[in-house]
Amino acid sequence: MPSLKDLKNRIESVKNTRKITKAMQMVAAAKLRRAQEAAEAARPYAERMNAVMSGLTAGAQGSDNAPRLLAGTGSDDRHLLVVMTAERGLAGGFNSSIVKLARHRAERLRAAGKQVEILTVGKKGREQLKRDYGDRLVHHVDLSEVKRIAYGNARDIADEILQRFEDGGFDVATIFYNRFESVISQIPTEQQIIPATVPDVAEGEAMGGADSQYDYEPGEEAILADLLPRSVATQIFAALLENAASEQGARMSAMDNATRNAGDMIDRLTTEYNRSRQAAITKELIEIISGAEAL
Amino acid sequence: MADTMQFDLVSPERRLVSVPVREVRLPGTDGDLSAMPGHAPVIVNLRPGMVVVVDESGAEAEFAVTGGFAEINNNSVSLLAERGHARGEMTQAIFNEMMVDAIRRRKIAEEKHSAGEEIVAAAVKLLADMEAMGTHIGLDPNQASVPD
Repeated sequence: MPSLKDLKNRIESVKNTRKITKAMQMVAAAKLRRAQEAAEAARPYAERMNAVMSGLTAGAQGSDNAPRLLAGTGSDDRHLLVVMTAERGLAGGFNSSIVKLARHRAERLRAAGKQVEILTVGKKGREQLKRDYGDRLVHHVDLSEVKRIAYGNARDIADEILQRFEDGGFDVATIFYNRFESVISQIPTEQQIIPATVPDVAEGEAMGGADSQYDYEPGEEAILADLLPRSVATQIFAALLENAASEQGARMSAMDNATRNAGDMIDRLTTEYNRSRQAAITKELIEIISGAEAL
Repeated sequence: MADTMQFDLVSPERRLVSVPVREVRLPGTDGDLSAMPGHAPVIVNLRPGMVVVVDESGAEAEFAVTGGFAEINNNSVSLLAERGHARGEMTQAIFNEMMVDAIRRRKIAEEKHSAGEEIVAAAVKLLADMEAMGTHIGLDPNQASVPD
């Protein structure tokens, strides 16, 4: 049975914890709003890009001299997994769920006899993958100094990936990130970026293409060659933004749970404290009364 | 036919401009071109340079862009640029950043032996276009210092 003093200390410490988790939740909520706005603002560019891309790729896919970024290298033996996680923990299952998906994928590829290399973005993913895939981690991008994700960050990552592709480092590249659905739900997503997949564009929105009314200046192929690397960067940028929003969302709900849990704990401990106090008072009273009776 | 069309300047991070205009002059890779309402649909690659927008009242506004592409339609022009700034916002510091980026790209292209001459030539041209743009708006292209 803990003493009254112990209980009191315990309650104090849980209260302090609750203050911290509450503060973290509020910070996450503020950051989430900003992250969501950033993701929202980036949408027009990505949508336009996709629309133009889908038109162009549809036309170029059949042709023999389609760029390698679109047509692929002709094999799919070597895979590059780009695992994007957060730089910080305490965000519920945010990091683990991405890593789990990537790990699952890596195992499947390995079982099929493919070669797997992993590029990590964000410290947490690297930490979790280091044990099992230490020798497969080919590159790491550190974003811990980055306060607000800019397009430049995404382009640096894209440049790194494209460089490796040109040097013949891999055949297929896939990115792993959390898609932001809502504060309570983030969906771990994998998305192939090289060779480029034709983006889904609603019927009627697709532009360009063989049967389109568009002219291309300079030729279709020149534009495509220019557009494909941009599109890789755009997809990575979108993924980074989704990830940032998801991270804050996950942290917010994790901290909300923690705060609520601390509240429950405080209630329980307070009840226990009051009971012990009452017991002590009753005990003292009995001692006095029985002492008086003995006289 | 309407005498204005919709002009959007979009960067990856946000929509920068969205206004009705009478005319847009674009720096295409193969030469400048001007788009007015009723233009034939075309998709154009852009080089770094100035985009001139003429609004309904005939007033001109200029934007510096670092390349990208434009989609011209019968009644709209959408310009997708990695970076875009109104001429008034262009400072030496911003221009330096752009220059550093272009110089870095040329270096990477030159160092890469696997790269064909075309790629190097493209990077060199990009840099030259960037310099020309800076000179055009009165900014010094030689102030950008590149860390090695």
